Amino acid sequence: MYVYLHELVFGVFPYIAGSVFLLGSLLRYEKSQYTWRTGSSQMLSNDRMFRVGSYLFHIGIIALFFGHLFGLLTPTAVYTAFGITSGAKQVLAIVVGGIFGLICLAGMLILAHRRTVNPRVRRTGSPMDMFILYLLFAQLATGLLSIIVSTGHLSGEVMVQISTWAQRLVTFQPNAADTILDIHWIYKLHMFLGMIMFLIFPFTRLVHVWSVPYGYIGRAYQVVRRRTAI
Amino acid sequence: MKVRAQIGKVLNLDKCIGCHTCSVTCKNVWTSREGMEYAWFNNVETKPGIGYPKDWENQDHWKGGWTLRKGDLQPKAGGKWRLFANLFANPDLPSIDDYYEPFNYDYQRLHNAPDSKHQPVAKPFSALTGQPMDKIEWGPNWEEILGGEFEKRSQDYNFRNVEKEMYGQFENTFMMYLPRLCEHCLNPSCVASCPSGAIYKREEDGIVLIDQDKCRGWRMCVSGCPYKKIYYNWQSGKSEKCTFCFPRIEVGQPTVCSETCVGRIRYLGVVLYDADLIKEAASTASEQDLYEQQMRIFLDPNDPEVIEAARREGIPDDWLEAARRSPVYKMAMDWKVAFPLHPEYRTLPMVWYIPPLSPIQSAADAGAIETNGLIPDVKSLRIPVRYLANMLTAGDERPVVRALERMLAMRHFKRSQTVDGKPDHSVLEQVGLSEEMVEDMYRIMAIANFEDRFDIPTAKRELSLEDPYGERAGCGFSFGDGCQTASTGSTPTDIFGGKRASRRAFPAKVEFKVRKPETEREEP
Repeated sequence: MYVYLHELVFGVFPYIAGSVFLLGSLLRYEKSQYTWRTGSSQMLSNDRMFRVGSYLFHIGIIALFFGHLFGLLTPTAVYTAFGITSGAKQVLAIVVGGIFGLICLAGMLILAHRRTVNPRVRRTGSPMDMFILYLLFAQLATGLLSIIVSTGHLSGEVMVQISTWAQRLVTFQPNAADTILDIHWIYKLHMFLGMIMFLIFPFTRLVHVWSVPYGYIGRAYQVVRRRTAI
Repeated sequence: MKVRAQIGKVLNLDKCIGCHTCSVTCKNVWTSREGMEYAWFNNVETKPGIGYPKDWENQDHWKGGWTLRKGDLQPKAGGKWRLFANLFANPDLPSIDDYYEPFNYDYQRLHNAPDSKHQPVAKPFSALTGQPMDKIEWGPNWEEILGGEFEKRSQDYNFRNVEKEMYGQFENTFMMYLPRLCEHCLNPSCVASCPSGAIYKREEDGIVLIDQDKCRGWRMCVSGCPYKKIYYNWQSGKSEKCTFCFPRIEVGQPTVCSETCVGRIRYLGVVLYDADLIKEAASTASEQDLYEQQMRIFLDPNDPEVIEAARREGIPDDWLEAARRSPVYKMAMDWKVAFPLHPEYRTLPMVWYIPPLSPIQSAADAGAIETNGLIPDVKSLRIPVRYLANMLTAGDERPVVRALERMLAMRHFKRSQTVDGKPDHSVLEQVGLSEEMVEDMYRIMAIANFEDRFDIPTAKRELSLEDPYGERAGCGFSFGDGCQTASTGSTPTDIFGGKRASRRAFPAKVEFKVRKPETEREEP
């Protein structure tokens, strides 16, 4: 039973979450771009504390995202070729992840407190805004807790297990879930929450992540639309 | 030369009576929706005052508009990378309290209050939180008719280089109204600061709009606009602005604010301009030259070369004819009585203002005021010329003096003609007007009939669509999301997290329980 559930959550569910994430985002973008927004509430409560909190949160979470992306998907052969052992990589991940995790935590505490306590932000926001904030909070908390567990085994073995799982998933290889059957439950909880986040991503304000306006840097200042047939 | 046409606008402040009809009709049509309660696409300010939002004119504070950095034109808030770095939290964003916390009164209370010794009152409730508000601290027109103490109002940015203390005294006090809306600038800084590229200027009529589907709510435009005429809708998470009532303009009707103006102060007409000169004009070194430079961009609609070039650009002939009749062009270019609002922001605004005259005549007749030839010296008008110049010409008094003198001369001439029966032409020579010009001025500015105020050629929809048949039975105007938007303008609830407006109970009536009147309970 345990193995069956494990296979369901870490073998099948990632594909369900990934599909909903990609298709959901695409459909929302196609069908209802009017709802595609950052959902900023800065205008309703715009003190220095909020601005600091928002910066800390965003810098932290962006660094964590790319840390996970490269950490999980870089094949072991690539970093060993540069002379980095798995153990060294694990220490690197703990240190960098820990630092940005704490930065993100500080920001999140400020933002969560504001959204919970400030009546303007609380009353005008949607329940989903609150939910996604607390989900991110839980995700961050389990991530930081997993650091404590992983300091108990610094060989990098568990890290390799998890990255093998992720790499098998994205390359559509069978038995991905088998590689992480015996890891500590805190990792599993962290990974499960992560997949939940992908699952609900298209239904939240998180979609603004897709819309980093990098095109702005290259474009002319003025935009003029011609009267032309579409 | 790249000729483009724009529907320009002029507001004759000399005739504004501050009735707010423009604001109210605009609000009822455009912003009476959840998330936009605090927003007034059109508002009327009493000047001197700090205005709405607070101190909006002070760009050292708000960082709106453009600035010259080493001779290069750049948004005052900083270049593109700087703006990019501010995405997480815009340091220059006004908060709701800089506008005001929107509220509604619980009028129903006046009907259903139980019997009591005292008269029931309609309490204000916040439109944001639904909670009762103990005290209303600020409103969209808090300084109405010089409301509040002079100390606060005198923070007005237009008092720069004015010895303002004396205007706090009752004998010397002055006021004027300033109706404000989006300027639909030639060099809009909101467009330049939009990271998503959602804000654009329409080539065919110059109207600046926000693509509601493309807007992502980065809110850089809110601070980027020096006139603070872009509003963040907290319900939809998008920015919204004055649309210049484009669905009306397209069919040749004036904007709602213009149509309903009881003082008949608003004018709409075609202005032709040279798009190739915009950047050069906006980059003029001296702020006081910006007014002249903007006039240099405007093209003479009677010049055959201009007409030829305009036709090459595809501007329809009825638009060119309207440009030749345009009241806006006449007031700005022929008579030079209208001026841009704060040209020093370098956005090249296209809503211009005729400065107001102020009480002088009776005192002048009594010999108490110095005269300049036949007309009173405008320097002794109650509203200091310096104040008007700070508002309209970046501090250059000469053009403002000329405009005021021309308006005084028009009055003097018409009085001599209709009251004395002996037209006094010498006054016209003094201000450089011909009799023909002054009669035209009188017809358009003083009589101001509907057809003289508004000369709006219709949009050429047939040029926009390859197949108009395909457009039949469309959903018409919506506030975004195509046909899916609810009639309330609110984002409908769906699986993607939209929120029903009715979810928010208003007002949060916990303390008011309706009790049945005594008489109903106990039948005699």
